[in-house]
Amino acid sequence: MLTTILFAPLVGALVCGLMWKFIGEKAAMVFATALLFLSCLLSWIVFLTHDPYVTEQVQLLRWIESGSLLTEWSIRLDRLTSTMLIVVTTVSALVHLYSFGYMDHDPQWREDEVYKPRFFAYLSFFTFAMLMLVTADNLLQLFFGWEGVGVASYLLIGFYYRKPSAGAAAMKAFIVNRVGDFGFLLGIFALFFLVDSIQFRDIFAAAPDIAATQLEFMGGTFNAAELVAVLLFIGAMGKSAQLGLHTWLPDAMEGPTPVSALIHAATMVTAGVFLVCRMSPVMEFAPNAMAFVVLIGAATAFVAATIGLVQNDIKRVIAYSTMSQLGYMFVAAGLGAYSVAMFHLFTHAFFKAMLFLGAGSVIHAMHHEQDMRNYGGLRKKIPLTFWAMMIGTLAITGVGIPLLYLGFPVGFAGFVSKDAVIEVAYAGTAGGFAFWALVVAATLTSFYSWRLMFLTFYGTPRGNMHAHDHAHESPRVMTVPLGVLAVGSVLAGMVWYGGFFKSQESVDDFFGNVPVAEHALIDRDLPGAAHAAGEGEAHDRPVQVPGRGAIYIGPENHIIHEAHEVPVWVKLSPFVAMLLGLGTAWLFYIRNPALPRQWAANLSPLHRFLLNKWYFDEIYQFLWVNPARFLGRLFWRRGDGDVIDGSINGVAMGIVPFFTRALNRAQSGYIFTYAFTMVLGIVALITWMTFAQAN
Amino acid sequence: MDNLLSIITFIPLIAATILALFLRGDDEAAQRNAKWLALAATGFTFLVSLFLLSGFDPQDTGFQFVEEREWLLGLNYKMGVDGISILFVMLTTFLMPLVVASCWTVTTRVKDYMVALLVLETLMIGVFCALDLILFYLFFEAGLIPMFLIIGIWGGANRIYAAFKFFLYTLLGSVLMLVAMVAMYVDAGTTDIPTLLAHDFPFATLTVLGVSIPGGFQTLLWLAFFASFAVKMPMWPVHTWLPDAHVQAPTAGSVVLAAILLKMGGYGFLRFSLPMFPAGSELLGPLVLWLSVIAIIYTSLVAMVQSDMKKLIAYSSVAHMGFVTMGIFAANQQGVDGAIFQMISHGFISGALFLCVGVIYDRMHTREIDAYGGLVNRMPAYAAVFMLFTLANVGLPGTSGFVGEFLTLMGVFQVNTLVGVLACTGVILSAGYALWLYRRVVFGDLIKESLRSIKDMTAREKAIFAPLIFFTILLGVYPSLVTDIIGPSVANLVDGYAVATADIEFGPTLADAAH
Repeated sequence: MLTTILFAPLVGALVCGLMWKFIGEKAAMVFATALLFLSCLLSWIVFLTHDPYVTEQVQLLRWIESGSLLTEWSIRLDRLTSTMLIVVTTVSALVHLYSFGYMDHDPQWREDEVYKPRFFAYLSFFTFAMLMLVTADNLLQLFFGWEGVGVASYLLIGFYYRKPSAGAAAMKAFIVNRVGDFGFLLGIFALFFLVDSIQFRDIFAAAPDIAATQLEFMGGTFNAAELVAVLLFIGAMGKSAQLGLHTWLPDAMEGPTPVSALIHAATMVTAGVFLVCRMSPVMEFAPNAMAFVVLIGAATAFVAATIGLVQNDIKRVIAYSTMSQLGYMFVAAGLGAYSVAMFHLFTHAFFKAMLFLGAGSVIHAMHHEQDMRNYGGLRKKIPLTFWAMMIGTLAITGVGIPLLYLGFPVGFAGFVSKDAVIEVAYAGTAGGFAFWALVVAATLTSFYSWRLMFLTFYGTPRGNMHAHDHAHESPRVMTVPLGVLAVGSVLAGMVWYGGFFKSQESVDDFFGNVPVAEHALIDRDLPGAAHAAGEGEAHDRPVQVPGRGAIYIGPENHIIHEAHEVPVWVKLSPFVAMLLGLGTAWLFYIRNPALPRQWAANLSPLHRFLLNKWYFDEIYQFLWVNPARFLGRLFWRRGDGDVIDGSINGVAMGIVPFFTRALNRAQSGYIFTYAFTMVLGIVALITWMTFAQAN
Repeated sequence: MDNLLSIITFIPLIAATILALFLRGDDEAAQRNAKWLALAATGFTFLVSLFLLSGFDPQDTGFQFVEEREWLLGLNYKMGVDGISILFVMLTTFLMPLVVASCWTVTTRVKDYMVALLVLETLMIGVFCALDLILFYLFFEAGLIPMFLIIGIWGGANRIYAAFKFFLYTLLGSVLMLVAMVAMYVDAGTTDIPTLLAHDFPFATLTVLGVSIPGGFQTLLWLAFFASFAVKMPMWPVHTWLPDAHVQAPTAGSVVLAAILLKMGGYGFLRFSLPMFPAGSELLGPLVLWLSVIAIIYTSLVAMVQSDMKKLIAYSSVAHMGFVTMGIFAANQQGVDGAIFQMISHGFISGALFLCVGVIYDRMHTREIDAYGGLVNRMPAYAAVFMLFTLANVGLPGTSGFVGEFLTLMGVFQVNTLVGVLACTGVILSAGYALWLYRRVVFGDLIKESLRSIKDMTAREKAIFAPLIFFTILLGVYPSLVTDIIGPSVANLVDGYAVATADIEFGPTLADAAH
């Protein structure tokens, strides 16, 4: 069953990409989509039925083997994997379906051009690579999936290959990701150096030893666990567009919108979060690296939200929102609340995919207009899309009923998971920077999300009236996926609250860390396990062996428990933030639409700063791209040309003219004479040498 | 079959002789016959070489299929293969039919062209099979001649300069090797390579003209061989002949040069430098690591600013060969496995990339990147093939390019983390130049008037790429096909090296000097 889940998308991709000529365009697309739905169905079965306490492994094929390095293609199934399985296959299946409508009659292509099978092939290939990533049981296979999704992303961002901007964005995405991969690879090398294996089970088992090792690296000495954790996180930063390596994500919106929903919102960009959670046994031993994760995550959440405030392209707003939400996930993971990070990843996949697909539906209705300044008043024209977007917005801004608890909090998916992250942030940093960054970011999130809603669906139509007149609701293949995602956006938080955040026991049970029965059995007076867990009743927990269960919670890690103990005002803060953002957005875009322009004029430097995305692109151009090109030219002209060739040619030029004449003769018909002479010459030389020595 | 290796080696030469002696005329029929005969001969060689592969026992780390007989002038003719060399033989026999097929459109002096290619094949196979120093040297040096002619006669506008640059660089390097071989003969009393492998060359410190040389005799021998192989690889800073040679060479020449000829340097390091002069390698290995890492970064940066497609790919070849030398002198299992794998894989990938350039060069007769753009619009199949090999070139996991790069980096990381980290930047840089090239040539709208009627690949061209695609992916997904064959021999080599270097002491000052 696992193998089918994994390879169905690959088969779909191959059939769609290579055989559509034989079976027809439509048939190929239907085939790929059907396989995806099969994969999705099986994933749900796996998710709902597998025993979290048993880590299943399926060996497929040998892979890179060299000396003590032994890697295999194989599948590892635990709760982390199964959670990712349903996220990936569900969103992917829906996006496949949605693309039937969205990609039909794409104005980027001429009538006679066939582009849809290629699109579906890329989508399916992406899904395959992503599944390889989440089912990997060693770092190298994970890296295969990691690069595979990178390539799929590259191909899909550059899908409209005629647009120069698409080509540039695709290349940028790949190269910036490679910077992250550079760190990731070094992490793999370091782990192999330390553990002599890159299998997860071996690494996890050796985690305590790694933490006790010092490693010489680049002339310094570092704690091995810290070093590995930071290196792997650099990889995660690239893939998950964290501050510093984030510049590719907004540009990636050059790709078709279904791609943005699948790859650049729901799945690929969360791979970094998945990686950090997967490596929890190592991360738990690297407190400083974890602090770094928190810092980057919080900064990303804040910076991205500020940039999102002023963007006018509907997809870019959502892209910055994605980046910001990824920051939330990293804060949770960095504070040791891996399950909460996964929780937000899980709910975010639903509502963000829906926001993107909804945006796609708007774009589709408006004849591929993406500038929100040309929208307005679309509520009536495309009601289904409007409601879908509304649910998505309610979810991302975190609407719910605060302080009401029915065994679970009552609210949209984002309300439950984002509050969990913010509570974790407060508990983990004692109300420090990360907490405040996230609360401010929540306010900004609410503002730009409602701004998007108000600009698009409310007010009066702006821009090209022709487009407004012909605006129409999207076909059913596009609205049905929105409906399914809407259900997820409403319920996902409440339904799976227990598994991800309710209490340490429920989380342990969900992820198969420590059975509930063992929790109960622990007598606090016994020496050993229980003592390590410290004081208090709720978080008495047997010491977990790294590698047992899907995530490892160290004995000092009580974050889940502490997050529930935060003051009431902290629990209320995200709700207040949401109201604040909503109110401001209402004031700016409904009540007094002249305000935004006034503010932009009054705060012109700040506005420009945000509009230019904190000038990251310009700085990188100056810091990296230009010097690289300068050095390249310098090495080529001066190094190769003047220094190396200059000196050697100077010597050689004396001889060359002589040979040139010889070659001219050879060319005029004496090749064989010439060649024979040379061979004879060498043979003679060697013969003479040999004999001279022999005598 | 006792003389299987000789059969494989000399089939092409026999075919070349037949062509040279019996084929008359230069009309179309004669040209066609020449091509078909060359294709048949190289294809047949490949088929015969499959017997070699099937009869090879990877567990046996000694030489197999050994032939030995008296030769003229009291020289010994000795051939044999082991786990390190057999795949290079296979690579050569596999690629040559494709190379011949790739010059189907050549019309100038076809017969001579085919003769040159066939002779070259014999010489290349000979290099990888020779088990006698003199024989090795003969094959190694004689290989220069057909290549020199291929560049000098069928090459581009500036071919004479390039041909001589190629010839002189490599020849000058080899002169020192020849001297070293004579010295080895004096010391060991034989030119038999298996015997030399077992021979311990002295490494006591020598003092020449007041300069004390740690590692003594071995160091000198090592340096002499290094001069030859480093040029051949080519390593920085003696790489500048390669871009010129590639740019001027015809497509088939570039493919052979990049895919096979460069590998002779790497093979030489593995056959001679590492096992025969362990003291020299131990002393100067760090130097090679640093030269390799400089090569990777330097040539990647240079590749980024090229405006000629072939030059760009040539510089990328130098960078990839940097991974090879780095892996070899990491001198551990992963490093050496990776180096051999990288060489095999680079044979497929760089060969395919030069063929890709050849495809559009045949149509437009220019290699200037700026002359292209938007090819995907009219050449979708070409775009797909070029994409695949571009990705393989940047080392995408799942293609053979990744395995070699990964293993060599892993190998070197265990020896020297700093070199490992710096070399790893090659992962970023390669993506930079390769995708930049692809974007400028293939992506974008097709605006240039001259490209309006460009045709996609023909069936012949697709047939040439198909086996390359197949192996690039197969070896990426299931690299054990290669590592199973090379593994035991490499293990033997690295273990021997470890034993030989375990008790070598250069003294503290010298070790410092080496770093």
